[in-house]
Amino acid sequence: MKANPVAVNGAIPNGTTARSPAKPKKWVPILLIAIALTFLALVLYIPAINVFYQAFHKGFGPLLHNLSNPTFLHAVRMTVLLAAIAVPINTIFGLCTAWALANKQFRGRTLLLSLIDLPFAISPVVAGLMLVLLYGRQGWFGGWLLDHGIRVVFAFPAMLLATAFVSMPFVAREVIPVLEEEGTDQEEAAHTLGANHWQTFWRVTVPNIRWGLLYGILLTNARAMGEFGAVSVVSGNVAGKTQSLPLYVEEAYKGYETEAAYSAAVLLALLAIVTLIVKEILERKTGGSMRKGH
Amino acid sequence: MAISSSRSTRAPSNSPWRVFWYSIIDMPWTWRIMLGYLFVMLVLPIAAMLSKASTIGVADFWRIATSPLALSTYDVTFTTSLIAALVDGVFGFLVAWVLVRYDFPFKRLIDASIDLPFALPTAVAGLTLATVYSESGWVGSLLAPLGIKIAFTRLGVGVAMMFISLPFVVRTVQPVLMQMERETEEAAWSLGASPWETFWHVLLPPLTPAILTGVALGFSRAVGEFGSTVIISSNTPFKDLIAPILIFQRLEQYDYAGATVIAVVLVFISLLMLLVINFIQAWGRRYEG
Repeated sequence: MKANPVAVNGAIPNGTTARSPAKPKKWVPILLIAIALTFLALVLYIPAINVFYQAFHKGFGPLLHNLSNPTFLHAVRMTVLLAAIAVPINTIFGLCTAWALANKQFRGRTLLLSLIDLPFAISPVVAGLMLVLLYGRQGWFGGWLLDHGIRVVFAFPAMLLATAFVSMPFVAREVIPVLEEEGTDQEEAAHTLGANHWQTFWRVTVPNIRWGLLYGILLTNARAMGEFGAVSVVSGNVAGKTQSLPLYVEEAYKGYETEAAYSAAVLLALLAIVTLIVKEILERKTGGSMRKGH
Repeated sequence: MAISSSRSTRAPSNSPWRVFWYSIIDMPWTWRIMLGYLFVMLVLPIAAMLSKASTIGVADFWRIATSPLALSTYDVTFTTSLIAALVDGVFGFLVAWVLVRYDFPFKRLIDASIDLPFALPTAVAGLTLATVYSESGWVGSLLAPLGIKIAFTRLGVGVAMMFISLPFVVRTVQPVLMQMERETEEAAWSLGASPWETFWHVLLPPLTPAILTGVALGFSRAVGEFGSTVIISSNTPFKDLIAPILIFQRLEQYDYAGATVIAVVLVFISLLMLLVINFIQAWGRRYEG
């Protein structure tokens, strides 16, 4: 690489060029952008485009045909039902947790926070296994459940527990930082002015945390609808009975019904794209303060 | 508070159990919901797994945990995850760098698309990667003449792991890179450092904790991954069978003890990774004023 004259002289000629005395050559950014985009194309974009290509390349006919398949429709209903129950439950849990832990200092707080994050660290398969060991035939509650004729494992309840398990931390994780950033001043002011707990909650806290809360709910929903590992362990994967949409995708693919698999996959991919768009809107509303990894 | 004081007068003896029960009764309802839910959803299942593991016995546990098949799945899982996370570390850093420092068309869209692996269900990721990287797929067909097979081999498992871990690196490095002051590098340049020297001695050191955290997060996500890997892997023992899939297979054979042992090993590694991540983050804070 040719040495930059300014850098060699080690002197700054004048104030205007001092801002970037030794900028690397023009082709360096272009090369780096090209490498980054090639990598992203190979790992993200080509696979993403492929989902839509495979689903639509024969037109809408096969897609519509597959979308009217009763097994498929049942899987869609299952997935929507799972999310419809798991998301509100986890939202209530996340709000209570955020409320209980934000702006407070006590011994064991870090431990509690790590405990709440644990579902992200545990493999979904292991989560499913835990549920089988708890509610399965040989599990702790297995005997009692069997006596009372309640099926949990290989039935809807375990699928719901698995879904709720893997999507548990999102709301708390998104709301706690917002609450901590806001501090407690406004709430204390509301109290001093005579507002009761509910009034303070609805009039002060909720407006402050709404975008963070919405973001948390969005992520919870995406995970709940898309979960595969944990649900597949506990569901038994019976087509038309205990099969959610991601499980349908896998079974169709393994059964060489690639078209059916992609018809279902494209729905889930649309869900992902809607999630990303709403996420982007929420990030703009909050000025990018939520932009961070999970 | 009037209510709690009347309770404490009814509890003259201060035994630890009484203190425990009264602390629960006096607890705000948000705490009760949080702890109750955590108990049912997390503590009970983990306890069930640990109690199952404890019934196996040390000798049997060790025998199952170190059986040749189990050892080979650890090798495939951890080595592949590590390589995938490191590749993501390099390219994820590059992507973060390009997004923070340069302007180019569709930058905003590309930035938003980095989160795709968080939003896309893993089964869909596995399905499309298996198609694209198969011998007849868009990318796989280009590599097939060179004798490189990706789908249904360990390489394919690695590609799936790279897919799901990528956002962890980019999203951990990006904010740190945004906060970094350009003046430092410009000072280095103006003092005569070459771009490479500036990169190695000025840029990289404060970014290293963020990159390592991203790699560690990506690694621990890849280790537990099941949905995409089960589809792109041929699940052949001693070749590309990973530990989570082995757990799944053991469960299908109703071998609960076998499944539990591998699961405990995986959870142990995950907890170790959490410790490592906390350690790296604490180490990284020394750069913060």
